Order: sequence, then structure tokens, then C-alpha cells
Amino acid sequence: MSDITSQSLFELTSNIKEKKLSSEEITKAFISRAEKSKKLNVYVTDNFEKAIDQSKKFDSNPNLDSKLPGIPIAVKDLFCTNGVRTTAGSKILNNFVPTYESTVTQNLWSQGAILLGKLNCDEFAMGSSNETSFFGNVQNPVGENLVPGGSSGGSSAAVAANLTPVTIGTDTGGSIRQPASFTGTVGLKPTYGSCSRYGIVAFASSLDQAGPMTKNVRDCSMLLEVISSFDQKDSTSIDYKRNYYSKELSKDIKGKKIGIPKEYRVDNMPDEIEQLWKNGISYAKDCGAEIIDISLPHTNYALPTYYIVAPAEASSNLARYDGVKYGFRSPGQNLIEMYEKTRSEGFGDEVKRRIMIGTYVLSSGYYDAYYLKAQKVRQLIKKDFDDAFSKVDAILTPSTPSSAFKIGEKTNDPVSMYLNDIFTVPINLAGLPGISIPAGKDKNNYPLGLQVIGKPFDEQNILNISYALEDKINFKNDISDWWLSE
Amino acid sequence: MSKNSEYLIERENKQYEVIIGLEVHAQVTSESKLFSQSSTKFGAEPNTQVSLVDAAFPGMLPVINEFCIEQAIKTGIGLKAKINKKSVFDRKNYFYADLPQGYQISQYKYPIVGEGKVILDMPNGQKEIGIERLHLEQDAGKSIHDIDPNNTLVDLNRSGVALMEIVSKPDLRSPDEVNVYIKKLRSIMRYLGTCDGNMQEGSLRADVNVSVRLKGETEFGTRCEIKNVNSIKFMQMAIISEANRQIDLLEEGKEIDQETRLFDTKRNETRSMRSKEDAHDYRYFPDPDLLPLEISQELIEKIKSDIPELPDEKKKRFIDKFNLSPYEATILVSDIETSNFFEEVIKNSDVKLATNWITGELFAVLNEKNLEISQSPVSAKNLSKLINLIKDGTISGKIAKTVFEQMIDGDQDPLIIVKEKGLKQESDPKAIEELINKVIENNSDKVAEYKSGKDKLFGFFVGQAMKESKGKGNPQLINKILKEKLNG
Repeated sequence: MSDITSQSLFELTSNIKEKKLSSEEITKAFISRAEKSKKLNVYVTDNFEKAIDQSKKFDSNPNLDSKLPGIPIAVKDLFCTNGVRTTAGSKILNNFVPTYESTVTQNLWSQGAILLGKLNCDEFAMGSSNETSFFGNVQNPVGENLVPGGSSGGSSAAVAANLTPVTIGTDTGGSIRQPASFTGTVGLKPTYGSCSRYGIVAFASSLDQAGPMTKNVRDCSMLLEVISSFDQKDSTSIDYKRNYYSKELSKDIKGKKIGIPKEYRVDNMPDEIEQLWKNGISYAKDCGAEIIDISLPHTNYALPTYYIVAPAEASSNLARYDGVKYGFRSPGQNLIEMYEKTRSEGFGDEVKRRIMIGTYVLSSGYYDAYYLKAQKVRQLIKKDFDDAFSKVDAILTPSTPSSAFKIGEKTNDPVSMYLNDIFTVPINLAGLPGISIPAGKDKNNYPLGLQVIGKPFDEQNILNISYALEDKINFKNDISDWWLSE
Repeated sequence: MSKNSEYLIERENKQYEVIIGLEVHAQVTSESKLFSQSSTKFGAEPNTQVSLVDAAFPGMLPVINEFCIEQAIKTGIGLKAKINKKSVFDRKNYFYADLPQGYQISQYKYPIVGEGKVILDMPNGQKEIGIERLHLEQDAGKSIHDIDPNNTLVDLNRSGVALMEIVSKPDLRSPDEVNVYIKKLRSIMRYLGTCDGNMQEGSLRADVNVSVRLKGETEFGTRCEIKNVNSIKFMQMAIISEANRQIDLLEEGKEIDQETRLFDTKRNETRSMRSKEDAHDYRYFPDPDLLPLEISQELIEKIKSDIPELPDEKKKRFIDKFNLSPYEATILVSDIETSNFFEEVIKNSDVKLATNWITGELFAVLNEKNLEISQSPVSAKNLSKLINLIKDGTISGKIAKTVFEQMIDGDQDPLIIVKEKGLKQESDPKAIEELINKVIENNSDKVAEYKSGKDKLFGFFVGQAMKESKGKGNPQLINKILKEKLNG
């Protein structure tokens, strides 16, 4: 048997069910590795003691019929966890301990999983490198001083570094898929309305979606199956019949029509990304899929549209962090002064930047030119996909326009940072499911990902295509454990 | 409307007309809040009716309370208004300590109810007031500044309670019309059970828009909005004071600034709260946590079929069926409790007498004791018994008043009072004749005067006979026999 922490969720689950491993053994193995991996800075808050207690409790009376039997899982620190500090990577929630549980994490625990801890992320999920976190940046296990992507950077790093078997992140504009691509892992953003937003610290409500981040496609299907559920506590949750994703997982994609959008061939795209895409296309052909050239004409407008819609919603969603009810408060002589000090000191620069952008685009006199226009463009982007999906079953694109970059490389250039999300953002605007799978490496040996985009609620199809491609690509992450300390 | 009933403010040879529009905030009668399951009960200990949603904890999401939607639709139907099958909840963004989300969920561009109307019964006829719209929104919490000298305290019990904002067109022209309008609106909502209209508990408050113009002008003047006035009396005072302030400015050749003002009840004047330049930019946008609200025709039809008879229809029925005067009918339908009481009384008794007794004696007692009709010391059942005693001649109207006075004390049965006190009317012609004989004997001088032509003395004899009968004599009989005796 291979080292516990390098096992996939599927392997761990099988080993528990076959009683080859106990929950306690597994939990302790991950904790022990985490304790040697502080350099990566993936944890904001650990739950190790309680996790061990819970694993023992599980072992004393194991329910082996559950889908995540005694499996320890760390989650992004954007999910509210009952009794465990939840910070959203922000100083303003530094001391915040929820008395409630998010629906998505509750779904994990209901299937036997155990909370290992809360993973670092960009502040309020605003960032593409995990550098905006109040709790410091996260190291990408792929290479020293390399960003793990963001905003779910702690999550991608933790999966890649074998610090959690699987994890869940959230994706507003690419926050699951981009870090997955940067760390050689798998990340799926489900259709908007699949996973409940109840109990997830909101960034941009019309775009936010939780999703699985795993080592491989099968684990991804297993985890999606658990977290995707209809929830009356979220008015945007959609009641539809969800697949038994792991059971229906298949590599047979013969005859599937896969679209290649010409607009994703952006200027200055590195050759290696172009090559990665070509390889993906030929693998898909090898699997019997039919490749069809398509056009998504409004792709160029997606990023500006996103950077109006998301900050607009964020500026309003973050108004509740005012020092009055919970979280950080900086005292003032009067209410206004208290607000100003609390929010100036409590939020980081990127969050403030987006609050200001959002406030601006919603202001009277600017609303029509920005917010309203952006909503109209969003409809056009959606329509592009609708038209494309009348011809194809799925769309294949690169996940990101580059591989992971160095820590600090883009912190002073927000626009170049935003450009990282150019291939992922349109999918959020259209509310579609998208998955990033590792598909190759660049000249530095850093991972690169391919993205498969599906029709609404067609997660099964993109999982199957990814499963088939994964087999052909046969990607191996080359991680040297350089950060480990004794 | 006749000329002399117009409400005009005079200034040296000039007459100013006052234009008023109201934005009434009516608390929806519902067990739980608009987007959470917390209780809405009034008067609870501070911060005991607050859910995680109401306090805007991270990750909490609003879920619409469908009952509140139905209440708004019901009210819309009562206002004879258009129900919009699609409406949108927006966020109205501003910071305040008692606004936990940092925004209020309201309806801005697409309200649930569109244009409607309210008919006012004014002394000189009916007047129609247009309704611009009705929308649903959350109430804020309450900031309390006077408990702790150094801190403002916040009570979130009210945070998230459903309000209907009912916006009138600028059709009101006088403080009297405002009085009738508010009462009518309140009455309609109480008939429907959609708002209890309790102004003391803040269930009904209004923002009052006032402008003035010279009589005959057709353009509107610049308006000022007086925020959050919570009684009809204060609304009327505020309007008079504000209209005069504006007229004074115009008379001095000054301009009126469009602004938001507050009414200081102690000084009886309005003062500026913020000018147009300082107006909040609320940055309204559709709430992404809520889908647009879609209402089916079936739901509208179902609610329509449950709508009770409303004041206007009831008034018409009372006039047509019971032959009441429009004035009487208006009074009796003005409040659902009153009309219910009336209909209960007339189930078993005479309509005309019931109308007189309710609008006369009963209302006087309620007024004097400052009671609502629901707290009436005399039940409908006993009042109808009393009316039947008058109708069948058992007691006279005068005796009935005595009996009524006693009934007030613990809702006593009039039959028992009449029996115990021996108040039954004397209707035996022989007995009456006897006492009339006695009166004539004792007042021979007056009889002589009467016979010599002093007709007015007849009343004196009736009075004496009544007195002799200790008030129990049948008045018709006394009249008849007296006439026979004196004229015979």
C-alpha cells in the first residue's frame, strides 16, 4: 500500500471500507504531514485535535455505507463551520466563529467526513494568487516561491501537497479551476444553482459556486456527488435530479462533439499553451470525439463584464462587515468614524479596490453605463454559449493563459493579475459547469491545465470527457516535498 | 367639489393650493418576517426575535415568506390595483447601525403592485385618490439613543419585518383629505387582515410630500418630503406648518429647496434633514440572492376569491338593502369591527333603531371611555335585545337610555334590568287615563290657559304625565289620551 497521504479519495475510501485502514490512521497521517508542511502556509485554522477525536469516534462505530467514511477533509476558509473560526482570509473576520454550518460542508459531514481544518484563501476570495490573504501567501508545492493560484490557493496547495485527500473551494471567476491548473490538480465549478451558497461567505452572489478540488477526475465525481444538493435555504438553488456521478463515470466519449472556440486563441498566448490545447484536441479525437470549430464572439467582453458585475455585488455583500455586530471593530468617536476605521483597517487593498469599483459602477449616473450595460453583455455571453451548445456537447479550452507565476510578480499590476481569469470568467458569467484537469507542463516543468465546459447541469458529461482525457494524458505531478521540515 | 370647501391658504389677495402625496409604510400582518422565520410580535424584549439572517451573519441568505407576498397581493386587490406578475427585489444600499446587511431589500423599478385607487367620502361628496404603486420591503431595526449616555443601542427585533410601502399620487389637497385617506387605507387593510393599522405600535407611518402653488396654476411647485410621521394628527400639523413655510418663502420671493425634512412635534415645525445635494445615493440594483418574483394568475384568482366585502361595497349594500343614509353607512363601514357589530345587532333587531343606537349612544360611550368597538362594554346580543324591547313597546326610548346606562356595567341583559327595576312601559289605557286625570286635576289653572288658546302648554302636560308614570308611561298613549281629554 502506498503512503496514506498520497492515496486518492477512492483508494482511501476503499481501504476504510475493506478495513485496511482506520479513520484514525488516515487522519493522523494527514495531520502529521501538515505539521511538517507549515512552510506552505495552507492552514488558517486547524481542527486537528477534534479531528482525531472524531476519527476515533468513527472507528468505534463505523458507518461504512456513507460516501466519505471517516475521511478527513480540510476546506477553504470561506465555508462557515459551526464552532470553528471562519475568516474568509480577512482581518475583519479574524475572530469570527460561526454558530452554524454551510450546507455544502454539512453534506460532507453527513457522509462521514471529518473536518481537518480551514484552508487559506485570498481575502473574501478576491485574488488569483492567494496573495491577498490577511494570513499571508501560500506556497505552491510545485516549486518554491510560486503562487498556488487563487482564490482557493490554500485548497489547491493542500491537495497537491497531500495535506488533504480532497477539498472544496469556491469559484466566482476561476477560483477553483485556475489554482487547480497551477498545481496540477483537478477542480470543478458546478452549474450555478447546483451547490447551495448557504453558509458560504459571499463574494459575488450571482457568480459564486462551491466545487470539488481533487487529485483526479474520479475523486472529483465522488465529491461532487456529495456536495451538490437542492437547498431551500438558498433561493438560487435549483431543484433537479442530480446524477450518481461516480457510478456513471465513463471513459466512453465516442461520438461526443467537442467545440474549440477560436476566440480563446488570445494574443501573446505562450506556444506551450497552444501546444497543450492541440494535444488535448488530438487526445479527444483518439477517444472518438468529434472536434468542431465554434465561435463565442463576445469572449473579449467577458473580463470587463466580470470586473463590473463581481465588484458591484461584492461592494454590497461586504457592507455587513461594519464593526457593529461581529468581527473586527476599530473604535471611533462616532458611528461614521467607527465605520471608517473598522473598514480601513479590516479590509486589505484588493478588497477595498473592488468595493470602490463596485460602489462606482452602481452609483447614480454610472449605473446605466456600467452595471446595466454589463448585465446586457452578460446575456450576450450566455447566448454565445447557448448557440454553441446547439452544435456541440462540450467545449475544450486551456484553463489559464500561463502557468503559475512567482510570488510578488503581479501584485503591483492588478490588471495583469485579472487577465489570469480570462478563460474561466466567461463560464461563471454564463452559469455553466467547467472543470480543469492537469494536461501537461511548461518549460519550467510547471503544470498546465485544460478546461472542459459543459451545458447547464451536464456535469456528468464533462466529468466523462475529463476522465477519458486524463487517461490519455497520463499526467504525473512532479512534487519533491521541498518544503517538508522535521 | 363646491368652491367653498376647497382648502386654500390666503396671503394678501392670493390663494395658495396645497398639494400632498403620501408614502404610507404599513406593516404586513404576518407571523414571521419577510425573509426569515423570526417572529414579528410587537413588544418583545430587545433582540429576542432576531435570526442569523436578520442580523446579516456571513453566508446567510434571504428566503421569501410567501405569506407576505399574498398579503401584498390582497392589499393590491383591495386598492383596485394592477398586480404585477413579475416584480424584482432590489438592494437599497446605505450604512446605518440598525441596518445589519448594509442594505435594505426593497422593490425599486418593478414593484409587486401597480396603479390603483382609493375612494374618499368627503362631506361634500366622493373623491378618488390615485395609488401610484405598492411595494414590499424590509423594515430596519431600531436605534435607541436615550438609554446609555455614551452609546447608541440597537434592537433588531423589527429588522426584516415586512412592510408595504403604498405611494399615493399627489392627489390630496387638504389635511382633512389626508385624515380621511389614511383612515380609509387603514380600514381597507383591516378588512383584508393585511395590516393591523396600529399607529401607536408603528404599524402605520407615512412620509408626507408637500408642495404649494397659486390657485389656478397647473404646474406643481417644488416639493419637500417630511419623513416618518406616525400619527394623523401630526401629519395634519406637519402639512399645515410646511405649507405655510413654503408660502412664506414664495411670498418673500425666495425659492423652495427640494429636500427631506423632519417634523418637530413639540415646536410644530418642520426642519431640514438633508438637501437634494446631500441625498443618499442608494445604489439600487437587483438582489442577486433572490430570483425575480413571479406570480401566477391562479394565485391572483385564488386570493381574489378570498377577498371579503370591502368598505365601498359594504356601504353600497347598507344603503341599498337597509335604506341607510350615505352618512350613516359611511360611519358604520368605516371600521370592520363596527360593521361586524352592526350586522350582528341587526340580525335580530330593527335596522333603523340599531343604526341610531350604535352611532348615537354606543359611540358616545366608546368615545367617553376611549374604547374601540371591539372592547364595547355592551355586546351586540344585548344591544339587539334592548332594541327589541323598544320596538315591541315594552319600554320607551327614554327608559331605554336608563337601561343602557346600566347595561354598560358588565354587559347586563336588558330584559333582566327591566324586570328587576320594574321599568316595563305602562301601556294600559285605563292606567294612563287615571294618571292623566290626576294631572288635569292638579293643574286646573294650566288647563284653563291651554283651553284659552295657549297650545304650547301641551308639552307641559305630557311631561307631567310622564313624571306621574315615573317615566314608564307609553308616550304615544299619553299623547293620544291627553289630546282626547284636553280637546274633548
